[in-house]
Amino acid sequence: MKKASLAAVAALAFATGPALAQGSVKIGFVDTFSGPTAVIGNDMRNSFELALDHLGRKMGGLPVEVIYEDDQQKPEVGKQKTEKVIQSDHVNFITGYIWSNVLLASLKPAVDSQTFIISANAGPSRIAGELCSPFFFSTSWQNDQTPHAMGIYLEQKGVKTLYLLGPNYAAGKDMLAGVKATYRGQVIGEEYTKWPDQLDFSAELSKARAAKPEAIFVFYPGAAGVQFLSQYAQAGLRDQIPLYTAFTIDETTLPLQKDVALGVPGAQEWVNDLPNPANQKFVADFRAKYGHGPSFYGAQAYDAANLINSAVVAVKGDLTQKDAIRDEMRKANYASVRGPYKYGNNHFPIQNFYLQETVKNADGTFGLKTVATILKDSQDLFHATCPMKW
Amino acid sequence: MLLLVEQCLNGLQFGLLLFLLAAGLTLVFGIMDLVNLAHGSLYMMGAYFAATFVAWTGNFFAGAFLALAATLLLGIVLEMLALRPLYGRDHLDHVLGTFGLILFFNELVRLVWGPAGLSLPVPSALNTAVDIFGIYYPAYRLLIILVSLLVALFLYVVVMRTRLGMLIRAGASNREMAGALGVDIKLLFTLVFALGAALAGLAGLMHAPILTVQIGMGENILILAFVVIVIGGIGSIRGAFVAAVFVGVVDTLGRAFLPDLLRLALSSTAASTLAPALSSMLIYLLMAIVLALRPQGLFPVAGR
Repeated sequence: MKKASLAAVAALAFATGPALAQGSVKIGFVDTFSGPTAVIGNDMRNSFELALDHLGRKMGGLPVEVIYEDDQQKPEVGKQKTEKVIQSDHVNFITGYIWSNVLLASLKPAVDSQTFIISANAGPSRIAGELCSPFFFSTSWQNDQTPHAMGIYLEQKGVKTLYLLGPNYAAGKDMLAGVKATYRGQVIGEEYTKWPDQLDFSAELSKARAAKPEAIFVFYPGAAGVQFLSQYAQAGLRDQIPLYTAFTIDETTLPLQKDVALGVPGAQEWVNDLPNPANQKFVADFRAKYGHGPSFYGAQAYDAANLINSAVVAVKGDLTQKDAIRDEMRKANYASVRGPYKYGNNHFPIQNFYLQETVKNADGTFGLKTVATILKDSQDLFHATCPMKW
Repeated sequence: MLLLVEQCLNGLQFGLLLFLLAAGLTLVFGIMDLVNLAHGSLYMMGAYFAATFVAWTGNFFAGAFLALAATLLLGIVLEMLALRPLYGRDHLDHVLGTFGLILFFNELVRLVWGPAGLSLPVPSALNTAVDIFGIYYPAYRLLIILVSLLVALFLYVVVMRTRLGMLIRAGASNREMAGALGVDIKLLFTLVFALGAALAGLAGLMHAPILTVQIGMGENILILAFVVIVIGGIGSIRGAFVAAVFVGVVDTLGRAFLPDLLRLALSSTAASTLAPALSSMLIYLLMAIVLALRPQGLFPVAGR
């Protein structure tokens, strides 16, 4: 009896396994779904699911199957999960990746197995430069690009002296380097804090105040941005030194930041009020489905689903045609919620960056709005060191 | 010079918060011989209770008082239901049991309050900085220093000047003998654990406005609290106080001045990369040195 049932199970496994692999588009989604930054991962998952709803949960006539895996914000776990979806789920595409250090650890298994990996957030400089790959695409930005925009804005505001603060990991270093690439004034201090477990910035805030800069620039994504802004206000610095940010205020952190985010500018490639039809549909349907607005993280995940869909449709569901899939993705031939953009030779977007500000809505909630376009069709500085040409 | 004083204040503030957490931990470990990994969960519960009650009452101090009472009550219930079966067993069972409690509390919080975390705003009167002799210092952090010093004084008086304190000290030195002399060890344990829970809750609710109230917030800081009680000597409140302030000041000064010191010897980028890594190692180096020189900690409890 036992033997018979075992055989039946085995037969079933053989019957369903290969059939599914041929008859569906399998997408691995490696992101942070636990811990303090799970709110970002959930926003990305919600947006990705919404994109699939909009696509009728099919791509090129094939049903879509998504395998969500939690990287716990740890590079080693992210790498394991990436290997898991490649080796045991045999996915056709992998996406997600909030954190640059997680993406850097996960790139090699994906590229080595010739699986397309689409970063929906992280954009470390090395992947834009020497590590660029025919199997890697980004629907976000290269880390330095957003702070480039802030550096230019700081120039426009006539800021003479600047103090920089950020976390000590791949993205933190890219961000501060990015500001320094376009900001021409004097950088009078630069501090890196332990990441991700340092949450109290008292020592750094005291130093920044003592250095007497005209402005402070910070990069503190996720929960750290909440802590930084509230401590900044508690130290009485809000009235003393203006704060400029990248990736520190967004729809996932605003419900906790509230008032302290008012008057603190940031830059982004996507803002919820961008007036293109794809974006209006995305934002309205996201609100209707989840009861609150999406963040830029979500917008990038929504775009990742549509980028994958454009390629699967172009090859009519024949996922073995990897060259044709790549050629189609290079065109970025889909309605991106940020508006149309082009890919550079390193598969990073050439796109606009907008100045955004926090606004208080009539119902007491907080949101973001576009103030100005800082950069038009901006390309990252690392594409020249990427050997890939097409 | 003023910056140095200000950084010392930052260190003192962090150290005193660590003391509140470490005091409960060291009492429970020293007197009940229980390794309580779930101490960080009580810190987290204190913060969640405070965020809830402050939102409910609309008053920070009323909310904080209710949260303190709730954590105390939670400590009593936890001790009676979950920890009593663990007393006779060895330390590995304590670790396993209380680690299970961490998972339990994290899931409980996720179910009750959701995964996103809460914010506990600083009372608006304190959401500013005050000028003390030329140092511009956050008023809320000053309050933390003040409250923690008062609690330290209170603990000193209770432990050194009252009958309960005498029993606690007796229990810390020799549990069996105290029991044999007719001390109600069961009641003493419940009281000590509840006191420890309230202290952890107080640390959590006072730290919450600086940080955010989130799942697992007690886990990183618990590691530091263990470092403190190892340095200070297990079971010693005085040791916990000295060690906590020491750890807080060393950690803060390391973060504040190590990058500049390293820049004298290294290139700027190398220094700014190395400094955060090195300064986060400092307190563990400190612990290693103390353990090498005084394996029992700075203030060993007599008779252990």
